Amino acid sequence: MNRLALRLLALLLAPGAAIAQDSYGGQLHGNFQLDGQWYLRDEGIDPTGEFYPDERFLGQGYANFVYTDGDFSGGLRYENYQNVMLGFPEGYRGEGITYRYLQFKQDHLEVTVGSFYEQFGSGMVFRSYEERGLGYDNAMDGVRVKANLAKGVYLKGVLGRQRFYFEKSPGLLRGVDAEINLSERWHVLDSLGLRWTIGASYMSKYQRANDPFLVLPENVAAGGVRSQLMKGPWVLNTEFAYKANDPSADNGYIYKDGNGFIANLSYSKNGLGVIAGLKRIDNMSFRSDRNGSTIDMLVNYLSPTTEVHTYALPALYQYATQINGEEGIQLEANYRFKRKSKLGGKYGTLVSINYSAVQSIDKDYVATSNDTLRTLQGYYSDPMERGTIPYFHDLNFKISKKVNRSFKYNLTYLNLHYNRSVLEDGLGDEPMLSNPENIKTMDADVIVLETLYKVKSKHYLRNEFQLLSTQDDRGSMAMALVEYSIAPHWFFSVQDIYNYGNPDPDQQLHYPLASMVYSQGTSRFQLSYGRQQRGIFCVGGVCRVVPPSNGVSFSLTTSF
Amino acid sequence: MKNLFTAFAVTLLTVGMQAQQLPSTTLKTLDGKLVDIKDQISTEGPTVIGFWATWCKPCIKELTAFADYAIDLEEEYGAKVLAVSIDDTRNSSRVAPMVQGQGWEYTVLLDENQDLKRNLGIVNVPFTLVLNADGEVVWKHSGYSPGDEENLAEVVAKVARGESVEH
Repeated sequence: MNRLALRLLALLLAPGAAIAQDSYGGQLHGNFQLDGQWYLRDEGIDPTGEFYPDERFLGQGYANFVYTDGDFSGGLRYENYQNVMLGFPEGYRGEGITYRYLQFKQDHLEVTVGSFYEQFGSGMVFRSYEERGLGYDNAMDGVRVKANLAKGVYLKGVLGRQRFYFEKSPGLLRGVDAEINLSERWHVLDSLGLRWTIGASYMSKYQRANDPFLVLPENVAAGGVRSQLMKGPWVLNTEFAYKANDPSADNGYIYKDGNGFIANLSYSKNGLGVIAGLKRIDNMSFRSDRNGSTIDMLVNYLSPTTEVHTYALPALYQYATQINGEEGIQLEANYRFKRKSKLGGKYGTLVSINYSAVQSIDKDYVATSNDTLRTLQGYYSDPMERGTIPYFHDLNFKISKKVNRSFKYNLTYLNLHYNRSVLEDGLGDEPMLSNPENIKTMDADVIVLETLYKVKSKHYLRNEFQLLSTQDDRGSMAMALVEYSIAPHWFFSVQDIYNYGNPDPDQQLHYPLASMVYSQGTSRFQLSYGRQQRGIFCVGGVCRVVPPSNGVSFSLTTSF
Repeated sequence: MKNLFTAFAVTLLTVGMQAQQLPSTTLKTLDGKLVDIKDQISTEGPTVIGFWATWCKPCIKELTAFADYAIDLEEEYGAKVLAVSIDDTRNSSRVAPMVQGQGWEYTVLLDENQDLKRNLGIVNVPFTLVLNADGEVVWKHSGYSPGDEENLAEVVAKVARGESVEH
């Protein structure tokens, strides 16, 4: 520990480099990103100017530094929002050091003080992480200890508060997680060809309560158990989580407890990969501020069981996890027809199919007169009963084929059903059950053809043609994209989305966008000009609304 | 205070310029074993480390496009390719089926809490590193555009022959 303090002092105080380089030989890594956009007034997409920012130009940037030297590491991040760009949470305003930590390892112990990211199991009980593109960051500020107590036994303990933009959440978090790799402890499992890991986690939050009407629990606990069992090509993952009563803005301040279950089974062998998943969550919103909303101060993470689409048109209708309750299934299969087989051709052919569906859970609402404030349950739910409101489904097929040395294509077909009342308007189940005729939905068929043509060595031409056909919402759209890349430095792209099927003739608009990228090593500079359509941007089932905009934007990223 | 800052900045810069070894970081193999990244790199030839995720389309394109080159580079120069997935615990169950379905023959490792990604200062995937046989990071690249795999194959061949590489 003394040595550690010395090193720290040396790092901070040594006038010059000799000490750091010769005696300590640590490593410094980091990255930097700067984004900006100059906004142009565009009456086509924004007739009243409600989305046009007063500043005209908005820019934001950050830099991370991580220093590691043997068993010691430390790091910090500086962030700057002048002012935050459109679509990002408004809480990011100003500048400062938002993340800093020191960490050391000693024998079987690792200690972190300051900021850290951590998760227990799949995150149903606890996950702190950042997703910069989303503006999501619920980093912990506190203490974390990880210990490897005995062979195959791993313990983690965390204590701290979560980041809330430039402040901290009002609630404290205290949690522990244990994972035991049974195969490392009992070799008899190994001899049976089994690998088995089990784990358990516990997280408790404390937030003061002083409500004139409700007796609110100040301490709320959540816990979970999980197992991963592998044999040959088979893997079975299961996890169950439980949360004690936690009245919150999300659940309408009901005292019902919450629970979640996820399971998936996969098989991977000889060019075949199959995964089948099942999940059900009931009232699992868990925040370190009971009054929190949107993407603020979430303690846990409820991952989606739907496929993430990156093509522009299907990405307009992404699924967002419904933390108050949902149940769903997913089935995905990938198969590679071998080279030189009948369907594989010279280079092999990849086909995949993915089906996912999510719906409401069964809810039997308690009449308010039968339910006092103290025991306000809100509803009862039977896990064996199916919910009746479809939230989302996605059935898609993909074929990827390399035809010859200079030509490849990917063909994708999707069938989407998207419940706009739930996913755009955030409507609860109760109003939908009482007025099912008012539920807004969107059903679409989407086709995407992507081709890649090699012009000559290091020169490639990529095209995308997309068609989203629907009678609902904004109507049908078509998109074309042309990209030319010259490896390893240059990249040019032009695209246009044409919303030809919009029911409002004034909104049958084109959304053109031109970009160029210059990259050198780990640095990348991007310049774009064009129109951006309103939409919902999601990463991992967590979403934010993106307003329409028009303008010139740039982005610079580098790392070292 | 100003002096202190200068000293700090100079220290950072000179440390940053050294030939870099990988920071010791724990990753998981597909069959659930914990390993240190430092023990996974090749000592006989160059190692390519490609960071990717199941939801990252350019990453999958890069790894697929590079697969044919990787076979040759392994044969000719003893090169090793590590595909490090940054998928979190939930998505990491999709990694093995995807690797099989894509027919990749890379050594796949999981960086579930993104510790290695953070320790190396990586902003986004795809991100590619090339190490020489001494384990020093000699080349880095972020992002992927078609054709980058050709360039990467040339870099690996140069590293194997002991030639210097430039970006």
